[in-house]
Amino acid sequence: MKHARVAYAGAIHQAIAHRDHLQLADGRVVAQEAVVWLPPLLPTPRPRTILALGLNYADHAKELAFKAPEEPLVFIKGESTLTGHRAFTRRPRDVQFMHYECELTVVIGKTAKGVKRDDAYDFVAGYTVANDYAIRDYLENWYRPNLRVKNRDTCTPIGPWLVDAADVLDPMNLALQTTVNGHVTQSGNTRDMIFDLPFLIEYFSSFMTLQPGDLILTGTPDGVVDCQPGDVVITSIEGIGALINTIEAWPVAAPTASQKGQA
Amino acid sequence: MNIAQPFMPNGTVYGTLLNFQGEMDALAPQMSQVPYKAAPHAPVLYIKTANTWSANGAGIALPVTTHQVEVGATIGILIGPPDLAEYAQPATILIAGYILMNDLSIPHASFFRPPVKYKCVDGFLGIASQLASTALAGDPAQFKLEVHINGELRQRIDFAHLIRSANQLLADVSEFMTLQPGDILTLGCDVGRPLAQAGDRIDIRAPGLPAFGTLSNTVLPPTSDDAPVGVTA
Repeated sequence: MKHARVAYAGAIHQAIAHRDHLQLADGRVVAQEAVVWLPPLLPTPRPRTILALGLNYADHAKELAFKAPEEPLVFIKGESTLTGHRAFTRRPRDVQFMHYECELTVVIGKTAKGVKRDDAYDFVAGYTVANDYAIRDYLENWYRPNLRVKNRDTCTPIGPWLVDAADVLDPMNLALQTTVNGHVTQSGNTRDMIFDLPFLIEYFSSFMTLQPGDLILTGTPDGVVDCQPGDVVITSIEGIGALINTIEAWPVAAPTASQKGQA
Repeated sequence: MNIAQPFMPNGTVYGTLLNFQGEMDALAPQMSQVPYKAAPHAPVLYIKTANTWSANGAGIALPVTTHQVEVGATIGILIGPPDLAEYAQPATILIAGYILMNDLSIPHASFFRPPVKYKCVDGFLGIASQLASTALAGDPAQFKLEVHINGELRQRIDFAHLIRSANQLLADVSEFMTLQPGDILTLGCDVGRPLAQAGDRIDIRAPGLPAFGTLSNTVLPPTSDDAPVGVTA
């Protein structure tokens, strides 16, 4: 089943895919265009841990002129960087290189500590798509990739669906694709990950306890390009979903003197 | 809200590296070298994930991969709701209070890659049970801390030596991300961080500022069911 979380008619709802519509938990069926899409995640009692992999596809590591890492290169994101399907992501007006990253995202389903790789899939609730934008102008070599590059407001769209793990037969063999304004700019397959999902769950759970709702963004393959305001970026993963995002210039526009006077 | 309830965060806890002059001085000779190539420009942050949170008084077990931990005594700024009363861009951040924290790390020498396996170990953030109000805490530039291990004074920290003041740090961080009400941003940890081993009791207090209380945690040996880290460092 494909789950969503949406705002509709003044309230927040859990929903499921219903042909090309959405069915809300109260039974109403609504058009997908009639709702505001939120990250497809239930609230957690404590802030969720969001682990994200860098350089986890050999071709992308080569593209960025790094040799493949010997152990996972992981960074952490705060929840405030997440945004939903069909949202806008801000590009500061003075930057030169902002790129998408299409990533298979794992949602943890039960408390995981000291998990062995053969048992790893038992701890997965489901999968979704994340677009882990980076603004390379802000890269610095201190705790790289630094939070100014990777933890910005609106810069991690996620969704549209949380797909139940039982519905994904082989998460390590899924085609990924990104289009910018309809042109294919990135394509790859999750089979080319350097550290696969069972490895990652064993590795992280060896020193940190993962809780239901925690996320692992598993990295992106080759083919990242600069995105400009107005560009429509669609990050898709076979069987998981197509996540639509639009770039907007930030600040949207400087307020004029007369607008300031009215405020 | 029950006033006797010990404080626990409900937002994201952000740590700050290199916010003390002593830290900058210690690393200055390396900053122009590979891999850093330059001194940091923006604040250098990391996240202490919820699995690291330990209450005041709790024991903190070492992972099997280390026999000692670095004690990072610091003070966290608890973010309050934004002040929307005045039209401002961005809105003024209100500080809801300050809290003692014990930001533990597995000792490590490189600050090139995010320190997840050194800093996000289960239990590796001691959190005081009481919040100091802005009124009782006073000016953050006057904050001082003492770290005692097994009753012996091991470190004195003077927040007059910050690179970025509390307000400057909030301004420079919120330039690139919104700090939400309930989030915590630490002022950083000075050099001279003491090491602690299994059996050690760590007490952190702010002399002259009783509103902060005392943060006490005991380091415990690894629990037997701990699995070794999948890839060796």
